[in-house]
Amino acid sequence: MTDPILDVRNLSTHFFTDDGEVKAVRGVSFNVARGETVGIVGESGCGKSVTAMSVLGLVQRPGKVVNGEIMFKGRDLLKLTKEELRNIRGRDIAMIFQDPLSSMNPVLRVGYQIEEAMHAHNKIADAQIDARTIDLLKQVRVSDPERRVHDFPHQFSGGMRQRAMIAMGLSNKPDLLIADEPTTALDVTVQAQILELLRDLNEQTGAAIVLITHNLGVVAGLCKRVIVMYAGEIVEEGTVEQIFESPQHPYTWSLLRSVPRIDASRRERLLSIEGLPPDLIELPVGCKFNPRCPFRIERCFVDAPPTEEVAPMQRAACWVTMKTAYAEMGAADIKDTSPGAASGVHPRGRQALPEAEVTATVAESVGD
Amino acid sequence: MATVATPITQEYAGGTIARAQVGLWRDGFRRLRRNRLALAALIYLTVLLAVAILAIFWTPYNPATILPDTLTYLGPSGAHPLGTDDLGRDLLSRMMQGAQISLIVGVGTSAIVLGVGVVVGLIAGYFRGWIDNVISVFINIFYGIPGILIAIILYLVLGRGLGNIMIAISATAWMDMARLVRGQAFSIREREYIEAARASGARSGKILFGHILPNALGPIIVQATFVIPIAILTEAFLSYLGLGIPSPLASWGSIASEGYQALPLEPYMMLWPAVALSVTLLAFNFLGDGLRDAFDPRQRR
Amino acid sequence: MTDTIVHIVPTPVPSTEPLLRVVNVVKHFSAAGTGSVKAVDGVTFDVMAGETVGLVGESGCGKSTLGRLISQLIPVTSGEVILDGVDITKLRGEKLRQQRKQLQMIFQDPYASLDPRMTVGDIIAEPLVNFNMISGKAKDARVQELLRTVGLNPYFNNRYPHEFSGGQRQRIGIARALALNPKVIICDEPVSALDVSIQAQIINLLEDLQREFNLTYLFIAHDLSVVRHISNRVMVMYLGRLCEVAPSEDLYESQDHPYTRALLSSIPVPDPRIESKRRLVELSGEIPSPLNPPSGCLFHTRCPIAQVPGVCADVVPPLELKPDGHLASCHFSDQVRTKIKIEEAPA
Repeated sequence: MTDPILDVRNLSTHFFTDDGEVKAVRGVSFNVARGETVGIVGESGCGKSVTAMSVLGLVQRPGKVVNGEIMFKGRDLLKLTKEELRNIRGRDIAMIFQDPLSSMNPVLRVGYQIEEAMHAHNKIADAQIDARTIDLLKQVRVSDPERRVHDFPHQFSGGMRQRAMIAMGLSNKPDLLIADEPTTALDVTVQAQILELLRDLNEQTGAAIVLITHNLGVVAGLCKRVIVMYAGEIVEEGTVEQIFESPQHPYTWSLLRSVPRIDASRRERLLSIEGLPPDLIELPVGCKFNPRCPFRIERCFVDAPPTEEVAPMQRAACWVTMKTAYAEMGAADIKDTSPGAASGVHPRGRQALPEAEVTATVAESVGD
Repeated sequence: MATVATPITQEYAGGTIARAQVGLWRDGFRRLRRNRLALAALIYLTVLLAVAILAIFWTPYNPATILPDTLTYLGPSGAHPLGTDDLGRDLLSRMMQGAQISLIVGVGTSAIVLGVGVVVGLIAGYFRGWIDNVISVFINIFYGIPGILIAIILYLVLGRGLGNIMIAISATAWMDMARLVRGQAFSIREREYIEAARASGARSGKILFGHILPNALGPIIVQATFVIPIAILTEAFLSYLGLGIPSPLASWGSIASEGYQALPLEPYMMLWPAVALSVTLLAFNFLGDGLRDAFDPRQRR
Repeated sequence: MTDTIVHIVPTPVPSTEPLLRVVNVVKHFSAAGTGSVKAVDGVTFDVMAGETVGLVGESGCGKSTLGRLISQLIPVTSGEVILDGVDITKLRGEKLRQQRKQLQMIFQDPYASLDPRMTVGDIIAEPLVNFNMISGKAKDARVQELLRTVGLNPYFNNRYPHEFSGGQRQRIGIARALALNPKVIICDEPVSALDVSIQAQIINLLEDLQREFNLTYLFIAHDLSVVRHISNRVMVMYLGRLCEVAPSEDLYESQDHPYTRALLSSIPVPDPRIESKRRLVELSGEIPSPLNPPSGCLFHTRCPIAQVPGVCADVVPPLELKPDGHLASCHFSDQVRTKIKIEEAPA
């Protein structure tokens, strides 16, 4: 990638707790281009939030970044002093979190807090700050911004607070916005509005967005590239089309089939990934997904697979990859985009029910 | 060519336990052990308890016996490690008896406070409504009056005796406990597992004593630990005034009282009970602090 | 229970009388001084034996309250809940307690719904103990059987909840709900607090258990995709009233209430091609405060096709049968599909 704005190389962050050393993030490398929208997807404990916190130097004791480089506009963020990092945080890189209520000071007016962000960084001229605050609230689609500027956080609804947080984040015209589960705590209609807002802002301001979430649908709607994390590592990375239509890592593949879809035309059984994620203190050898992987081979227990390119712009860390798995099982087409095709081929090699049989059974059951 | 292995045969789909962790109590005791002060206090109190139990069967001399040689006001010596008092009685033996008295009063009062305070607090906090209103009003009325004052008045009314001292002191101390337990019951009753218990058909009694009480034990134990030094001090105070334990029984307070007269002559008679009381009260307080820190749920990972 | 082949979830055989009838249930909470909150404002529906009815809505719609009203964890302000012919709202004390054997509940928070001071075995056995049903060795055997049924190692019965993961705790909660062999289980957001891959485990488990024990579910959740997947019928709730009741097969294709349509347009689909073609229905304003609900149709303040001034602000639309078989409470349900666009026109 030519001149990415963020280039994370081999990042490792460990937590030194009473129970042992939790290796939360291990050898994570990825980059973000200017103006790009990247999604980091994974379940709880996969290390996505810790990665974001590491980029911004927000990892608290007992956590510590133990290895790696984080190149932002040519400088390694891990080598900066606290003061230099503070300058970047909030000005060039902004971050918004899951719970807007606890991110904002309840006794200060919303307008004041947005202005504070601008005062702290001296990027916007003092004389323009007031007008810009109202402008920002307009930009994030808060109605009646002239009046709302004087409100306190508790007078805003959850969705509006998140918009205010986005306004704060964008106030200094950052190059990069990191959003950590920004819509998880919100109702689905509000979530959709916030995501549309982020999409529009990305187009209008050119700020790159890194969206961290466990929700695959959100990523499909907002991001151009997707990074999938599991147990502290990146297991797959690719464009959004590649990840959703031809995932190569069994975890990604399984995850897509374990999520119920609103548009699924048949009520099929969800694929459930049996078992639990591994212990991050005493990690097993080999591939970290191996006890749960439907396609594991002997090698997976012994050697951890390296990340390799499986298609142009797509990388996965797997000895088998879905291409091979499909070939072994005789399925014709990997690009399977129709909703409901999710469970068409089962890891144990059974084929999908023939079309005729399926339609007949569906017709019977619709009778109620 | 790589072959696909046999599919997952996990006998239990739920999987094994990720990490077997220590129990809740063990976790608390581990933290307690790290608290040096609390540990020292615990050791001291264990020794004190041993001495008090020993005193049931044996003391160097009979604490009430006036020695025939009339060796009064003796300082520490080989025959009498702590000296003798104004009537020639061995101080070590009397101090040991005093330890018994203090511990009995302390623990006994705490037990009464526990019994009454916990039940009243649970009922007020769980059922709320008019029961809670009545109880709360009652407690609030008496809350402003100093406990020691009521204890003294009640004690004078009841007459002298070990049991009566315990009753007098607990007469107000139970209210603090009831308040604490009420607050605990208030918050615990809102938790989902209480709802689940009701949904599964549990009766109120089962919910109170089977669910709420076990989850409120931490603060309750801590509070009970703090009641003990208060009771000991109150009894010592009453005995010091001559109102407490009747002679010839020796309480640390009465020894101190007798020793006050001899202060210019022989300071030891007042020194021993003063030191013993101070150290014992401190020990119980350190232990209580340590227990509170050890069982504070916010400090758990 | 290991994962098995793809198959269609079979439809239950409908019986003639509904197992559970909820009739005009209302719950008002009095807010200190300022009036009353109409958390549930007249909800009526039936549940047939063996079916799964889903109840979905956003925060504040009253679905959790409705779940607790039906299980009588809180009393109704008015209305009836008739379980197997018995109106349980009229029962008190011991009689009500006895009814609990028929209707159990699974809770949302796997970390808060299990007593941290009890062993797993005691937690699961508690319903049986509460009714003095069995004891001693028979009790242990039943606990182990239940643990096995929900996919957990039966020798876990001496462990404590904090030693388990969220998904495992939820299985323990399910085992507890099964202990009394109830007819109806109310599932209050049973998978919302779980990771995505664990959600699928629990959803599959619930489906398997339904088949094995002929259970009837009322499945309450805010995630419409999950609700639709597991339910035969879906009920959409808004500010204490039902907007639409429809078979889950139909819900994606056809809606009769603007709120349902807006909800569907908001749900992200894990498919970038579909996502790029979708169009979000903008709802104006915020959810009104339940202390001061709108007149007439509760949704009219935010509805894209509301006729204001007009019938939408004046007359409460009744929940009635529409031509496509759905129940919906909208004066203009025929215009919902034509006037509210949820897809970009194809190029």
